[in-house]
Amino acid sequence: MKPFNVFPYDSNINFIRLRWLSLGIALAMLLVAVGGMFVKGFNFALDFTGGAVTEMRFEKPVDVDDVRERLDRAGYEGAQVQSFGSGNDLLIRLQPKQAAAGAEDKGNTTASDVQNALAFEGNPGKVLRSEVVGPQVGKDLAINGLWALIFVVVGFLIYISFRFEKKFAIAAVLTTLHDVVVVTGWFALSGHEFDLTVLAGVLSVMGFSINDTIVVFDRVRENFRSMRASPEEILNKSINQTLSRTVITSFVAFLTVFALYLYGGGSLEGMAESQMIGIIIGTLSSIFVACPLLTIGFLKVTKQDLMPKAKDEAALARRP
Amino acid sequence: MLTYARWKYFVILIVLLLSALYALPNIYPQDPSVQVTASRGAKIDPALSAQVSTMLKQGGVSPKSVELDNGNLLVRLNNPDQQIKANDVLREKLGSNYVVALNLASTVPNWLEKIGAKPMLLGLDLQGGVHFLMQVDQKAALDKRMDATAEDVRVSLRDGRVRYESVERRGANSIVATLASPADAEKARVEIAKSQPNLLLDVQGNTLTVQISEAEMQRMAVEAIEQNVGTLRNRINALGVSEPIIQRQGSDRIVVQLPGVQDTAQAKRILGATATLEYRGVVEGNPYDAVSTGTVPAGARVYYRRELGPDGKPMPVLLNKRVIASGDQLVGATSMMDPQTGTPAVSVRLNGVGGQRMFDYTTEHVGKPMAVVYIERIPEVRMVDGKEVRTTKINEEVISVANINGVFGKEFQTTGLDSSKEAADLALLLRSGSLAAPMDFIEERIVGPSLGRENIERGLTAVMYSFAFALVFFLFYYRVFGIITCLALLLNMLMLIAVMSLFNATLTLPGLAGIALTVGMSVDANVLINERIREELRLGLPPQTAIAEGYERASGTIADANLTAILAGVALFAFGTGPVKGFAVSLIVGIATSMYTAVGVSRAIATLIYGGRRKIKTIWI
Repeated sequence: MKPFNVFPYDSNINFIRLRWLSLGIALAMLLVAVGGMFVKGFNFALDFTGGAVTEMRFEKPVDVDDVRERLDRAGYEGAQVQSFGSGNDLLIRLQPKQAAAGAEDKGNTTASDVQNALAFEGNPGKVLRSEVVGPQVGKDLAINGLWALIFVVVGFLIYISFRFEKKFAIAAVLTTLHDVVVVTGWFALSGHEFDLTVLAGVLSVMGFSINDTIVVFDRVRENFRSMRASPEEILNKSINQTLSRTVITSFVAFLTVFALYLYGGGSLEGMAESQMIGIIIGTLSSIFVACPLLTIGFLKVTKQDLMPKAKDEAALARRP
Repeated sequence: MLTYARWKYFVILIVLLLSALYALPNIYPQDPSVQVTASRGAKIDPALSAQVSTMLKQGGVSPKSVELDNGNLLVRLNNPDQQIKANDVLREKLGSNYVVALNLASTVPNWLEKIGAKPMLLGLDLQGGVHFLMQVDQKAALDKRMDATAEDVRVSLRDGRVRYESVERRGANSIVATLASPADAEKARVEIAKSQPNLLLDVQGNTLTVQISEAEMQRMAVEAIEQNVGTLRNRINALGVSEPIIQRQGSDRIVVQLPGVQDTAQAKRILGATATLEYRGVVEGNPYDAVSTGTVPAGARVYYRRELGPDGKPMPVLLNKRVIASGDQLVGATSMMDPQTGTPAVSVRLNGVGGQRMFDYTTEHVGKPMAVVYIERIPEVRMVDGKEVRTTKINEEVISVANINGVFGKEFQTTGLDSSKEAADLALLLRSGSLAAPMDFIEERIVGPSLGRENIERGLTAVMYSFAFALVFFLFYYRVFGIITCLALLLNMLMLIAVMSLFNATLTLPGLAGIALTVGMSVDANVLINERIREELRLGLPPQTAIAEGYERASGTIADANLTAILAGVALFAFGTGPVKGFAVSLIVGIATSMYTAVGVSRAIATLIYGGRRKIKTIWI
């Protein structure tokens, strides 16, 4: 029985011929993403910015969705509303408006604003407490995130240089960074909320993206050692050979993350979104960016780069 | 040839059994329960158990069970509402001799617990509770210590009869003493070096600059934060939270997580409670007589000890009304071994003023007992006639009584302690008298229990669907090898849960997402293998050789690809906080187990199906 297959055997699409086009598109995406970050900035969630926390008690239980809607109308978008205890108590976290100055003051104006917005008839609410949570957490996290990024980049460079070759390491890291920046840029451009789980999602994109790239590179290395052909041909062949694997893996991985997006509820939505985009970008980049990078400028690979060298020569020399 | 060593099957079997065993505790649900612990020597016995049952019945709560468990009383209830009700009833009726805490009791059978099989801990986001992030004001802590040091310098100069014009603080970490005459400078240097050997001293004319070394400052900062952690731990224990997390984070932050607590206001009040301690002389006389007759010797007051006497009641002690030294004069306390006797001791350091008074008192009272009184002020809010009434409960206890061995000043040791644990506890209590530095709440989060339950349900549904999607796709796409892949994925999931349970990892919502993503990642290894086998088949290899080659060749790729992905996970773990960490843990463990299941286990199954000597013409892949 013939197997199902997404791609016909011996597909031979000339990806390398498209390299200027594909690299151009990748660069354009990168620039748009970076531009978006600078121009639009991020819609940071309370995790990063801090915000106001207001606790309210009502005489009768209130509908949380209704509360959110009312707050929205009062100009507090994306407020987090939780009920606890018997349902008469609400915990509202939101972004204070810019106008209010001073931390103390901000808490108070926000509290009275919230109280006004939630003036239900026959069910008066009382503000139990209201305070501003500091944004300092954000600064630390940003620094930690940066360290994580540096650690990962250096780690990748060392590991890949060791297992493959320096040019491969640089190409893989560039590809991975490209993917992370594009995904991050998406959050800037779309204005979707950027919270801690999104950060985790973005960083995990690195893992996925590098994984995908390494598989293709691994085949490149194998083919360089066994085939007699020009580097361009070998790269092309390698992409084509791994094409069905790349697409299937990404398809299934996408499905799993898509399930998270569909069923995980609000708190996992951001993370799932970053990973869905990351998987798509990561897949495309391992096909259209990683290998083409190996054909240009100082990253151009030659057969010598991947032929087993020093170690084997030493072994040869040792022979009688 | 397609073969797989027999011992490797044996390993797989063992892995399968162990994984199943250690993943098992997770399917036992936890009972919402209330835990009663004795606080000051009160007894937990069957009589109390009966008493609690009656109290609950009167309060309209019907518990699932009331049992004695490790010296605690555990009341299991049917649902969280009943739990809260039971908690309120018991807390009110049992009074201050017992600590009543909300708890989630495990229903895991004993034999599983004996082999160390525990369910995964649930993070705050899955269980509900409060989370605080507190910032320690290091500058204030250092200021306090610098002021104390300046005072010490003054005392040293005075003791050494060195005349000085002024001793004042300059900048962040130096003190400048201006002496009356330059001739005294050297003498002053010697005097200060004698009492405070780890200060950096610099003499110039009639000025003496005292500097605290960078290392000393560092040590002071660390001590300050540790003292605060100790203080918080004590206070939270008093709050009665079953599994609190109190952790240092970075150089100046403390994370406090109180699972099951919903009332941040109460939690904050307790954390902000102040405690202090006082050194008082013991007055001669029989305290029992004083208590029974009501006549107390002049200048004395009756205090009670923390431990219980032979009659089961706190032992009374007569103490002087005059305070020798108090907590705000205490600079530090550390537990140690007494260098002379080798017995456990606590070394205490007072500031200059306290030291002087201690010196004066001990000079006159050698051989007589002295007591340490621990005083706690706990703000309480009570509803009286529908109004909030704020009161402060003052709790005074004598935590230690010891004989004065000789004359001492600002540094002295309390000896005669039974064990090093007792010494450590006393040191902690002394330190926890006050916060070393003020703290600010910089972040607080409350997760409702209902939200937690909802999170778990959603997360599990999501993981189940993502798993189902992958399985269905594989069965359809790779047929027999799809089945193999599915089995490998299932074992991977089981191993992941077992490993996380075994290491006591905390499962968070992003952690659940990490598990789902693991499914996605481990798919990759399986796809790599299956596609490789197809490729080898296409090249014309016989099926069995193709399978063997496929596994062989894909393994290297899988190792490279997964190790790099793990690297990213490690970075996430190392630099992330809270939710990010939880995600990283499940990702790292998941990738590691998937390498084994995809390469080892799936190959074993494939060999079972297609291996052996028989010739196989086609395989379903």
